[in-house]
Order: sequence, then C-alpha cells, then structure tokens
Amino acid sequence: MIGRHRHLIALEDLSREEILQVLDLAVSMKEVLSRPVKKVPSLRGKNVVNLFFETSTRTRSSFEIAAKVLSADALNWTAAQSSTTKGETLLDTAKNLEAMRPDILVVRHSASGAPQFLAQHVKCSVVSAGDGAHEHPSQGLLDCYTLRERFGSLEGRTVAIVGDISHSRVARSDLHSLPKLGAKVRLCGPPTMIPQGVERLGATVHHDLRTAVDGADAVIMLRIQHERIGDPLIPNTREYSKYWGLNAKKAAEWLKPEAVILHPGPINRGVELSSDVADGPRSVILDQVQNGVAVRMAILYLLAGGAGEDRAEKVPA
Amino acid sequence: MSNDSGVIVIQGGRVLDPASGVDGIRTVVLRDGKVAAVAERAEAPAGARIVDARGKWVTPGFIDLHVHLREPGQEYKENVATGTRAAVAGGFTAVCAMPNTVPANDNTSVTELMLARATAAGLARVYPVGAVTKGRKGEELAEYGELKAAGCVALSDDGSPVMSSAMMRRALEYSRAFGLPVAVHEEDLHLVGKGVMNEGPVATRMGLKGAPAQAEDVMVLRDISLLELTGGRLHLCHVSTAGSVRALREARRRGLPVTAEVTPHHLALTDEDVARSNYDPDFKMNPPLRSSEDVKALREGLADGTIDAIATDHAPHAPEEKRLEFDAAMNGVLGLETAFPVCLDLVRQGVLTERRLVEALTIGAARCFGLPGGTLAVGAPADVAVLDPSLSWVVDPMKGFSKSRNTPWKGRTLTGRCTHAFVGGRLVHEEGAAR
Repeated sequence: MIGRHRHLIALEDLSREEILQVLDLAVSMKEVLSRPVKKVPSLRGKNVVNLFFETSTRTRSSFEIAAKVLSADALNWTAAQSSTTKGETLLDTAKNLEAMRPDILVVRHSASGAPQFLAQHVKCSVVSAGDGAHEHPSQGLLDCYTLRERFGSLEGRTVAIVGDISHSRVARSDLHSLPKLGAKVRLCGPPTMIPQGVERLGATVHHDLRTAVDGADAVIMLRIQHERIGDPLIPNTREYSKYWGLNAKKAAEWLKPEAVILHPGPINRGVELSSDVADGPRSVILDQVQNGVAVRMAILYLLAGGAGEDRAEKVPA
Repeated sequence: MSNDSGVIVIQGGRVLDPASGVDGIRTVVLRDGKVAAVAERAEAPAGARIVDARGKWVTPGFIDLHVHLREPGQEYKENVATGTRAAVAGGFTAVCAMPNTVPANDNTSVTELMLARATAAGLARVYPVGAVTKGRKGEELAEYGELKAAGCVALSDDGSPVMSSAMMRRALEYSRAFGLPVAVHEEDLHLVGKGVMNEGPVATRMGLKGAPAQAEDVMVLRDISLLELTGGRLHLCHVSTAGSVRALREARRRGLPVTAEVTPHHLALTDEDVARSNYDPDFKMNPPLRSSEDVKALREGLADGTIDAIATDHAPHAPEEKRLEFDAAMNGVLGLETAFPVCLDLVRQGVLTERRLVEALTIGAARCFGLPGGTLAVGAPADVAVLDPSLSWVVDPMKGFSKSRNTPWKGRTLTGRCTHAFVGGRLVHEEGAAR
C-alpha cells in the first residue's frame, strides 16, 4: 500500500506524505542498485506483468529491472491497440492476464483513464506507466526524487516545464507532485501547446522561454511528440527550436548557475535540447533514468507487499 | 387493459395542460381515442375504466423530438418495440425516430418499415425523421417529398453535421417546398478533431482531448445566417452551449423561424461529472457535457422559452460499446425513462416552473415539428401521461425497458415517475409492470 492506496494511478490522488513515503523508500532502493550483487529477495514469488499498449523501451525496462532486483518475476506483454471493431478489448486482455494471477499489473495505454478502468475491474494492484495525456506517476515521482536528491528539499524552489504541455502526461504528474513538496511550477510553450485552464492546476503559464526559466532552479524540457500531434500546433521544429528549445548559449545567459536540466526522454536532439546541453554539466537526465529504477522498486515493493500477505493466507500448506 | 365501453376516466389528478391553460384538479374523460372532456366534475359512464390520479399530475403525453430507436440495422442496441416501451414508461406517448439507422432513413422503404414496426408494437406513436442527405453523407439531397409522403415529419443528418455550407443552403431551400423543418446536429468536425469531452480545465486535468464549445457555436451561427438567405425552418438539436443560446435568442428576437431542444443530461450535468465518474463512458455523449456556465445558460434559455423543448437524445448502446476506455467508447446515453424526474429536479431547484416543464415536454415540442398532440384540449388525441411527482425510485439499468443500459443515472435515486400512459385512449403503461 502507498498510504491508503493499493493502486498507483495518478499523483493527483496522492498526498504529500504518500509521495514522501515512496521517495524515502526509494533512497534505500537506490543503495541496493549500487551493490555489487543487485538482488534482494523482498518480492520473491511475486509476479509483475508489464502490459504495454504503447511502445516504450525506457519505462518498461525500468519496471522490469525494478521487479527483477526485488526478485519478483516480470512478464512483458505487448498488446495491440484496443479497438471496438477488431481484436480483444482492453478489459478482456486484462481479465486474461488476471487469470494468470499477477500481483501487480503495470499498464501503459494511449487512452487517458485506462489504468483507472482496469483498476475497477481487476483484483490485483494496478500501476499506471502512463495513460494518454493524463498522468505518468512514476515519472513524476522520479522527477521529484531527482530534484530532491540535488537540492535536499523542494521547498521554495521553482521548476519550469517547457514544451507540449497539452499532450504531456509527465507535465500533469509533475504538476500534481512538485507543488505538494513546496515547489512552484511554471509552464512554458507556444500557446497552441498550452491546454485550456491548466493554470487552475496551480501553475503559471508563460510563452516566452527566457521569462519562464529566469531564476528557475530546474528546467524540465519535454519531448516534442510528433506522433501525438494531430493538429498543426507549430509550423515546424526549426521555429520551435529557435523559440522554445534550449541550447548552451541560452542556458549560459538565462539560467541560474546551479540550475539543472531534466528531460523524460527520449530526447529529440536539436529540437527541444541541443546536444551540448543534454550532455553538459547541468544535465541530470541520466540520473533520472537511474532514479527511475529506484522509485519503481519502491512502488512495486509497497504495492506487492500488501497484496501478497492477503494471498499467502489463502494458500493451503 | 380492456374495458367494456372503451371509456377511460382519470379522476382526482392535477391536470397540467399548458396548451389549454388548465392547471387544477380535473376529471379527464377519454373516449374513441380522443379527449372527450376535461371537467371539474364528470360522471363516469357504466363500464368505464376509472384511474385514480389523486396526488398525481395528469398531462398530455410527452413528445420526444429526438430518439434513436436503432431499427433497422442495430437491433442489438434497441428496436422500435423496446424503444417505444421505454418511451411510454417515461411518459412519452410520441417519439421522433432519428434517421441514423442502418441503412439510413433516406428513402421511403426505411420510413415505412419504422412505421410498420411502430404499429405492430402499438405503444408510443413514432414519427420518423428523414435524412437531409443521402446516406447522411452530406453530399446529395435526399428525396424530401417522398419522405414526407411516407410519414417523415422533419429532416436531419443527426449524429453528423452538414459540414458543407453550400449543401446546407440547398437543404434549407429545398425543404421549403415540403414545409419540413431541418433539424441540425451542430458540430464543426475540424474544431472537434479527436475531442471526446468538453474542452476546458476538466479535460485538461483528466488528460482527455477536448472539443471546444465553439465547435457548436460556429455552426449555429452559420446556419442562422444561412436561414436568412434561404428561408425554411431550422431546428437546433441538443443545444449544449451558452453561445448557442445567445445566438438563438438573438435570432428569435429578429423573428427568424428557428426552434431548439435541449436534453435532460445537458441541463443537469457538467463536465465535472465526467471527472467524478472516473472516466465512465456512460458520461460520454455528443455534444459532450459542458461547463457550469453553459448549463446555467441552457437553464435560463429553457425557462424563458428561448429553447422550445426538452428532448432526450435517447441513444442506446450495447455493453461492449461502452465498457471500454473513455476514448474508445461510443457516444450517447439513454434518456426516455429518466427524463421526467431529472427535469422535475429543475423545478425543485427553482429553475423551471411546473407549467414550463410540462410545456417543454409537450406542446413546446409538438410545435417545433408541427406534430399533433401535446394538449388535452377536447378533441385532441387521447395521449395522456399520469405522473407521480413524489415517487422516488432507484435507477437500476437492468430493470429498464430499453434493451441497453448506458445511463449516467444508474444507482441514483430519482423522484418522479410515470404511473400510467395512454396512447389513443389505450393504456400502454402502468407503473409496476416488469420488462
């Protein structure tokens, strides 16, 4: 259980204390990853199924490694997109997997609300690995972890998130977590990429990159996701890069010296980030990847722990 | 249900008939399929069936301008018999059947089939609506003259907008030859894109693609503008935005022949209810549930008569079309069996008067399409609803008369229920009947 929750669907549902519960445990998990033998028996006999309806290398691998380090068995199930006219429905797929008795179902889906829908229909714990443009809770938590590791506390810090906010589940999970830890969030992008009413989630909105990053402690650069853009939101990546991309010159002139750069990956080099920034001293992008494993270990540990005890009692000796 | 004389006497109820201005305790006598008398005292002839309506309302049978009966072609969702059974259970004695059947009702054979099925069912009256364009594709005019001769009362490509302004112009013009209103589903498909709910802060929070209210507004403004060019009669289906109400009010002030309907769900629910439902597709419909500002404007528009009628947009779907992720689920919700209590709640909230509520469900609707009924005037068709305004019941989709179960009101306690419905002087529904 994470606090009161047996699923991890959205950081909107988590309190500050529940977020800190995961982040604090992730510190110990990260220590495990630094050992020569990266294996602890905590989740031995537990099954984690990664059910991915969208292609993902990073997140799926991260959950898989997290499960394996904890000695859980991990199965990857890559499914075709759900459709009403052909193929198996999302619910049927999930029910079939459930029949194999997993302890945790890790789900990624292009439809917002899909993990919530599954959580209502299956008995095991559901962890969202990203749903549509809704939330990507483990990414939000690893962003919090990375900034906390860097700054100690997020109290009074300012974080700018730059890019296609409309289509970004990362931005929403960051928005539902960073302020709970005391940080202020600024959103920046062309007006076509800023969704209606997003300021009601507790952020300020900027269209000028320089203003948005001025005085910020961290800048989260989002990937410009061509595959999600159905409308002509920007003329081309060239103009986008000129006004909303970050290169070494802008970083040097506009950012505080200690400000760090994050990116959920994969990077479009030369579009939202130039290589010299992505690989430069401000970048904590690879820290994010490593912290992602630790955070996901903490999530799996907290959720599989509770579910497993119930089940063990019912197994005859 | 039969009785010796064929005479029905409904006694002791409060007769609410906005069309004739009656509001008071009266006895209603139905004979030979007509309203024979509405009087403070009337003798029941020997052998008459007496209906005790004390504590109840007696109104003209409700008329629903917007129902999807799904026959022909999608009988797994609903058919004429089940749809009209649900109608009379909700107090609706006449329904307009939308033409987005399979095949579309763009020719007389489909119209005739709908009417034959309705006659066989013997429940609510069915008034078919013909397609504006062949196959509802927005490309070629359907045969309005033949459709009218076969029994169609209006034209609509409902479910789809007529995107081409040139096509819409010709439809309005050509419809004048036959005096048929053109009922429009207003939605600019380019603006909607892949939107699945109202665009705004709630959609942003839920990460669902939004469709802006302006997708409806711009089409309403376009068609009102075209109406000035062409003449004809324009009817706006299921208006859902403050912008639509504003445009409609202004057009009516200028005397343009435009009417409009609004659904119970757009009057009662907002996009916040979509969030509260946790992505429940039974809260997904088109147009989508809008903001509280839009709902306020719709309520004002209905109360002041800018909006003529309440219509349900009863849209049955099978569970396999709804038990899906929100993006993938079909648009539409049931409406016939819950419309009265949901709208009666607006009376309890002080939004509508009782008279205005009944008007919008009866004569207000009848006038939009020039339909008979909607009144208890002597000589009118004996289509009557007897309603218990204080009867509370829990909505159990498994117990409804519709074939489908996609209602956002499931599990809710609603207050107000039809206890008897008469069509042409025949009892077609009595409360307590099982499906």
